[in-house]
Amino acid sequence: MTSLSVSPTSAPSTSEPGFNFAYLDEQTKRSIRRAILKAVAIPGHQIPFSSREMPMSYGWGTGGIQVTASVIGQDDRLKVIDQGADDTTNAVNIRRFFQKVCGVATTEHTEEATLIQTRHRIPETPLQPGQVLVYQVPMPEPLYFIEPSRTEANKMHALEEYGPMYVKLYEDITKFGRIALAYDYPVMVNGRHLMNPSPIPRFDNPKMDMSPALQLFGAGREKRIYAIPPYTQVKSLDFEDHPFSVENWEHPCEFCGATDSYLDEVVIDDQGGRLWICSDTDYCEQRQREQLGHTQKLG
Amino acid sequence: MPYVAVKGGEKAIRNAEALLKSKRRGNSDVPELSLDQIKQQMQLAVNRVMAEGSLYDPDLAALAIKQSWGDLVEAAFLLRAYRTTLPRLYYSEPIDTSKMFIQRRISAIFKEAPGGQKLGPTFDYVHRLLDFKLAAEDNTFSAPSSEDYDATETTPRVAQMLEREGLVTPIARQPQPKSEPAEPFDITRQSLTTPTNRDARLQTLARGDEGFLLSMAYSTQRGYGKNHPFAGEIRVGAVEVTIFPEELGFEIAIADITVTEVQMVNLFKGSKKIPPQFTQGYGLTFGYNERKAMAMALVDRALQAKDLGEALEGPAQDEEFVLYHSDNIEAQGFVQHLKLPHYIDFQAELNLIRKLRSDYEQCRNTPERSDNFKTDQKKDARTDESVASKEVATS
Repeated sequence: MTSLSVSPTSAPSTSEPGFNFAYLDEQTKRSIRRAILKAVAIPGHQIPFSSREMPMSYGWGTGGIQVTASVIGQDDRLKVIDQGADDTTNAVNIRRFFQKVCGVATTEHTEEATLIQTRHRIPETPLQPGQVLVYQVPMPEPLYFIEPSRTEANKMHALEEYGPMYVKLYEDITKFGRIALAYDYPVMVNGRHLMNPSPIPRFDNPKMDMSPALQLFGAGREKRIYAIPPYTQVKSLDFEDHPFSVENWEHPCEFCGATDSYLDEVVIDDQGGRLWICSDTDYCEQRQREQLGHTQKLG
Repeated sequence: MPYVAVKGGEKAIRNAEALLKSKRRGNSDVPELSLDQIKQQMQLAVNRVMAEGSLYDPDLAALAIKQSWGDLVEAAFLLRAYRTTLPRLYYSEPIDTSKMFIQRRISAIFKEAPGGQKLGPTFDYVHRLLDFKLAAEDNTFSAPSSEDYDATETTPRVAQMLEREGLVTPIARQPQPKSEPAEPFDITRQSLTTPTNRDARLQTLARGDEGFLLSMAYSTQRGYGKNHPFAGEIRVGAVEVTIFPEELGFEIAIADITVTEVQMVNLFKGSKKIPPQFTQGYGLTFGYNERKAMAMALVDRALQAKDLGEALEGPAQDEEFVLYHSDNIEAQGFVQHLKLPHYIDFQAELNLIRKLRSDYEQCRNTPERSDNFKTDQKKDARTDESVASKEVATS
């Protein structure tokens, strides 16, 4: 049995002296917020911003960190996940950074968080109005594997010239019988802009549609910000006769029995033994706790 | 045995950092390296870190080298992460390299150049034999005495002689795109977008990775965008940096910095709009860093292809390719981020590949039904699809 999390929440603490609140200086935060406002005004459209070098390496979530740093306030309660889990090293490290430079309260519970920074997953617990979800984005340009030149890709976005993307998906169907994209599955935002959902598995794509939360995407190395305002239509690309679908597993979660969540396949021995557990650790633990309470009541 | 999920915790991160610090120090019987030693005896490393870290500060660069365990890209990253926290108080006035206090100056295009040729400290004509005497400590080397040098003297640029004859266009008068704003672009404050202009290009190259620029420059010499260059002039030395605070109304010198400046000249046979002439490639780096400055000048010239209407034949002439891939701080991050956990996306690919694999097995086992997943396809897709699935089945 997995040990239930020891300290799922931490109260606000004092931030380390010598840094501005949330590390970035106020001018920089303001310039990032201006980019965010533009991004919210044009859902799914990539806005260039003057991304700064951060004390973490590019690729470690510097875009998401800069977005979080420029919107976080003293009263926020921050949750950080990587691969759906609060306890992976990179999530721990980013949470530690914000505790150091902001002293804000943190939590592992999705519903308690006002601000959630994520890499590769959207929490299973549905988001609520007022929550902000910040994605770390390696490659903001959805067309990059069709057209590596950003000069050309910008023109394609401007002219809404998304035919080549549909052709690529169509070619997949003719070759493989299905669209062979497991993550980074392109979406159309607000019926206008083709957008890369950051490499979340296609399983998570439907959660972006009409979400009551504000979704912000930060790409530090590529210096782009984009956004999905609350209650915006987000449609995964598909064809009438090949509707978009998400994967399911033949197994329930080993720990909580969930059949509706994204499962990790865990190799447990060198004989090929496997088991499947929820990738969202908070979701899994809450379900386990509920079940425990239920059996205790019964007993 | 029940499965217990592995928790990568804060303790592991802290321990890893402590271990790094201890390994970096090495055997404590060996005296610790001082910043002065690095600054004095590893000057070229300090120079490279200042150039790629985009901050002229030998003390901090030495600290970064010590802290990074001698990894110069990591050191440049430390310097960058620091510089980004500094406020930008002023833009300096352009430095005047004709007033440089010259340490080295050579021209390959004239035997004699006004102002003279001066080898300075260079590896160029040193026999690359390991100097085993250097392995012993307490070496002293005295510098040869040199003729008196008048620091106030101005050394004219070699290219100026060609300018006088009208054979090379002075940089100030080079054709600029109409959209060029009066204020130079600032890549540290604005997001680089393409197509861009020479100011942003030169800034990006000045802090670009030395190895990358070297290879790009080399590729042009081997025919990928050929354009034979001559080293018009290479000069290394100290120049004064001045600012002009508007409230004071006069210039103030704030620092002396050492820079390496390279002007390459290349024959240009002319186009409909531009007469035959020599064109220039320009390289400038912090510190004594000749290899980088020369490579930069070659790449700068290659990137002028679009402005000169030349055919784009090599990667070094492709502005997007060069500019977006020259920064080693960005490149090292993205390459190395692959070691972060990716098991969610990998799980998604596992699921996908298993599906594709079972389709494939099904096709093989029932060859006459190679169109087994056609049932819900568009009619007009049939021909293509059955060909494609045969390919899958035979590959």
